[in-house]
Amino acid sequence: MQPLIRAEGLTKIVQSGDEPLSILENVTFDVEPGAAVAIVGASGSGKTTLLGLLAGLDRPTAGDVVIDGTTLSSLSEDARAALRARLLGFVFQSFQLLPALTALENVMLPLELANAADATTRARTWLDRVGLGKRTGHYPRQLSGGEQQRVAIARAFVGEPKLLMADEPTGNLDGATGVEIAELMFRLNREHGTTLVLVTHDVNLASRCVRRLSLSAGRLVGDERANATVPA
Amino acid sequence: MSTLRLALRLLGRDWRAGELRVLIAALVLAVASVGTVGFFADRVKLGLSEQANLLLGADLMISGDRPLPDAYATEAQRRGLAVSPVIRFNSMVQMAAPNANAPVLADVKAVAPGYPLRGAITLPDAELPEGRPVAGIPNRGEVWIDTRLAQRLGAALGAKIAVGEATFAVGAIFLQEPEIAGLSFALGPKLLLNRDDIAATNLLQPGNRATWRLLVAERSGRALEGYREWLTLQLAAGQRVETVRDLRPEVRQTLERAEKFLGLAALVAVLLAAVAVALAASRYLRRHLDAAAMLRCFGASVAKTLVLFVTQFVVLGALACVAGLIVALAGQELLVVLLSSAFTGGLPAPTWPPGLAAFITGMLLLFGFALPPLVALAKVPPLRVLRRDLPRPRVGGALAYLAGILVIGVLIAWQAREAQAGAIMVGGVALLVVASTAIARLLIALLKRLPQRGVSWRFGLANLRRRALASSLQIGALALGLMALLLLTVVRGDLMRNWRATLPPDAPNQFLINVLPDQVDDARTILNTSLKADTTFRPMVRGRLVEVNGQKLDTTRYADTRARRLAEREFNLSWTDKLPNGNRIVSGTFWLASARGSDAGISLEDGIAQTLGVKLGDALTFDVGGNRVTAKVTSLRKVDWDSFRVNFFALFPPGSLDDMPTTYIAAFRAPDGNGGWLSSLIQKYPNILAIDVGEILRQVQAIMERVARAIEFVFLFTLAGGLLVLQAAIASTQDERRYDAAVLRTLGASQRQLRGAQIAEFLLLGAIAGLVAAAGATAIGYVLADRVFNIPFTSNPMLWLYGIGGGAIAVTIAGWLGTRSTLRQPPLAILRQFG
Repeated sequence: MQPLIRAEGLTKIVQSGDEPLSILENVTFDVEPGAAVAIVGASGSGKTTLLGLLAGLDRPTAGDVVIDGTTLSSLSEDARAALRARLLGFVFQSFQLLPALTALENVMLPLELANAADATTRARTWLDRVGLGKRTGHYPRQLSGGEQQRVAIARAFVGEPKLLMADEPTGNLDGATGVEIAELMFRLNREHGTTLVLVTHDVNLASRCVRRLSLSAGRLVGDERANATVPA
Repeated sequence: MSTLRLALRLLGRDWRAGELRVLIAALVLAVASVGTVGFFADRVKLGLSEQANLLLGADLMISGDRPLPDAYATEAQRRGLAVSPVIRFNSMVQMAAPNANAPVLADVKAVAPGYPLRGAITLPDAELPEGRPVAGIPNRGEVWIDTRLAQRLGAALGAKIAVGEATFAVGAIFLQEPEIAGLSFALGPKLLLNRDDIAATNLLQPGNRATWRLLVAERSGRALEGYREWLTLQLAAGQRVETVRDLRPEVRQTLERAEKFLGLAALVAVLLAAVAVALAASRYLRRHLDAAAMLRCFGASVAKTLVLFVTQFVVLGALACVAGLIVALAGQELLVVLLSSAFTGGLPAPTWPPGLAAFITGMLLLFGFALPPLVALAKVPPLRVLRRDLPRPRVGGALAYLAGILVIGVLIAWQAREAQAGAIMVGGVALLVVASTAIARLLIALLKRLPQRGVSWRFGLANLRRRALASSLQIGALALGLMALLLLTVVRGDLMRNWRATLPPDAPNQFLINVLPDQVDDARTILNTSLKADTTFRPMVRGRLVEVNGQKLDTTRYADTRARRLAEREFNLSWTDKLPNGNRIVSGTFWLASARGSDAGISLEDGIAQTLGVKLGDALTFDVGGNRVTAKVTSLRKVDWDSFRVNFFALFPPGSLDDMPTTYIAAFRAPDGNGGWLSSLIQKYPNILAIDVGEILRQVQAIMERVARAIEFVFLFTLAGGLLVLQAAIASTQDERRYDAAVLRTLGASQRQLRGAQIAEFLLLGAIAGLVAAAGATAIGYVLADRVFNIPFTSNPMLWLYGIGGGAIAVTIAGWLGTRSTLRQPPLAILRQFG
């Protein structure tokens, strides 16, 4: 089976003062369709940078990412955005909802960006599915953290993406709410056969994934599958 | 490290990062606008003071509309004062036959040896822009003409010029001679001749409005005050004493009014700059909280932190104010050039006091509006380094800006100099801003009802709504600047056109005055043959109002200078058997066509009756060359002065003014450019004066154009202020915009969609500002037309197009320049920064 994501020798070096600082070094792995992959590691190990590179939100210094057969380095900024609009959904630690838009408008946004015809109906359906059908007209500041993350999850799924990327989705939530949100995310993931790439240092959350990639100081130091451990 | 060095270092870093651009621009703008007007007004005032004692050509001038008694001169000479008599009048002059061309109305002065007693007549000199002084006066048989007259006549040195019945050779062409009009708008071209030649011209006919003057100057010692006191007791009606002191208030008043207006226009720019400073300073506060917390964390006291930031601002302010002064020096020079033809003679160089005032304005503004955020910054809790979610220190709302509001109040009071004018101006500007802001807020609320199609459009609208107050304020500020420009360009043009449209196409464009009774028939024939026009000649008698109801008229009881002037002047009296066209009786009754003699009364113009405090039934006594005529006011008339017909303040029935020295006046329409009729008329009757109203209209218009351009120039500062507020507001929302852009990019938005959203926002912002500006300009245009100029108002649909279109385009360009960088950074970096 062709992998949905292929990371090849991903390296990110930034200039820190006079010294080049290596954030990611030669990271290579594949993700097959339908898999749930957790990227784990200590703070500063390069997890979020890796996720950003996979999503084409930043450019690697060396190496390449291939998503669904498309090589990201061959694409312009706009073409990468178009690819994201077509294939990707996002859930962030800090929700990243636009404060000027209502819950409904936030969920409609990806559909509108893709010029989808029935944006309102579909967005409403998804808000219903995350349990916020009655709060469509509320602005983010009028919602609790858990509710904001539900809106973000609805926004991530509304475009029916092949791939969902989540960056510490429960990191800003209290324990109970975090569990609830994780539950919702995994359920929707299962129902829609979405491929999930999850960055977390929450062990419980990571253990719900079939595969865990461990990063340490920018290197891939472990690739653990639910049934076997393969050294990187 | 010393605090100063640390402060300079921090400042340098902020400078490099472009954090201070708006703040600097706001200060430069404020100093530049106040400085431009300040320098300009100061130079004009200095020029006036320097020239003031030269303006009269004397220390004191007695003038009268009849020859002055010899005693005035002999008494002055007895007291050791220098004297020189002058007769001044208007006359048509032209090249003598056989080179006769179109006659030109000139300002003629007959002078005697010694003229001028102060200042000098100057000849043009390539080396000296102010001219080369020349001694002496025209010899007999010679005239000196100024460069303008030489040009109009095409006369060179030695050319023969006809003045009245005499012919003279041009002995000199001069640049300037001492004259009251030295610094005001230039009057007619000038001609000087020797006083002994005046009889030969035969121009001093009874109806000619000549002024007899006696120039008096101190030789040494202090005889002038004594003479002046003696003179005051001697003065008869129609005689005036003018000294530099008397003269200056009038000229100065005009200039001060102009200065005040320009100053207040500049102040509007300062007000907008203040808003920009406040916005920029609060952004500075937000962006330096971490740095301040860090300093506190490392042990800096609140006081030391404050000193550190204040030092930076002092240095920054001083640099920006100096830059503003440089702009101001260039700007005032441009004002001088724009208005140059209004000033005969050069202006002195700029001096430093207005510069200092502008500098202080800039610094006060900076500290009035930047100090509250700085104090808040210094008080940031050090714990912030650990807990980013600690509430931000509050600036303390409107109360903290009390200093700034006080500064603005002081600036306005200083510019306006009068409490009332200042209050009106402040009130007006405040009202405009509040009204514009309120309307903008309403319109933004209405935007919700617009169809919300397309993500760019929706997002643009959402941005406007989210920052409703800030958006409204930006719209208010922009609308103010746009409105000022619309008023000066479109509305002014409309008003001028409408005013001209109220003149009938056959309105007279030529006046003939000073026609003697025995010349009337012939003059009428000449006009009828050459212009095919039937011209009515109206009689005119000059008389002075001497008594009201048998009481000697005491002109000093008029507090109003205009009323006093009117009462002291000679009136043009006329007679008629029926009410002239364009006149309407408002009270009393007009006499019957058969009425004869002064028993039937006087019909007085309503306006002058009010000014002089004369009522229906009052008996007025006029002195006409020593003869007295008394009659009761039997009717009051409204006169349509704009019709350019011949009209009189006081009308008598036929028979009242018989045997009085009479001249005739006629108004008629002549085709432009053909002076043939005039040439033949003046050659035959040199005493007749022709006044080309079209020419006067054109001159007035040209002066208005120049003044308007100067005002437009100052209002450009206002528009710049509006755009600056926009820039400051954009800068203060830059972080939000970057965040929004990053999220949208993550969700797959293209550059085009992001740009579309920003452009939608700015288009709407600019269009609303333009709409408010057009509405305001229309309203003010209506008030001006209806209340000030009394002309019908027609609204101009183009005004709305210019306002809305111009506003939308200007704001979109300015906004786009300010925000395009938000689209460039990779989204991940921004999201992590905010996450």
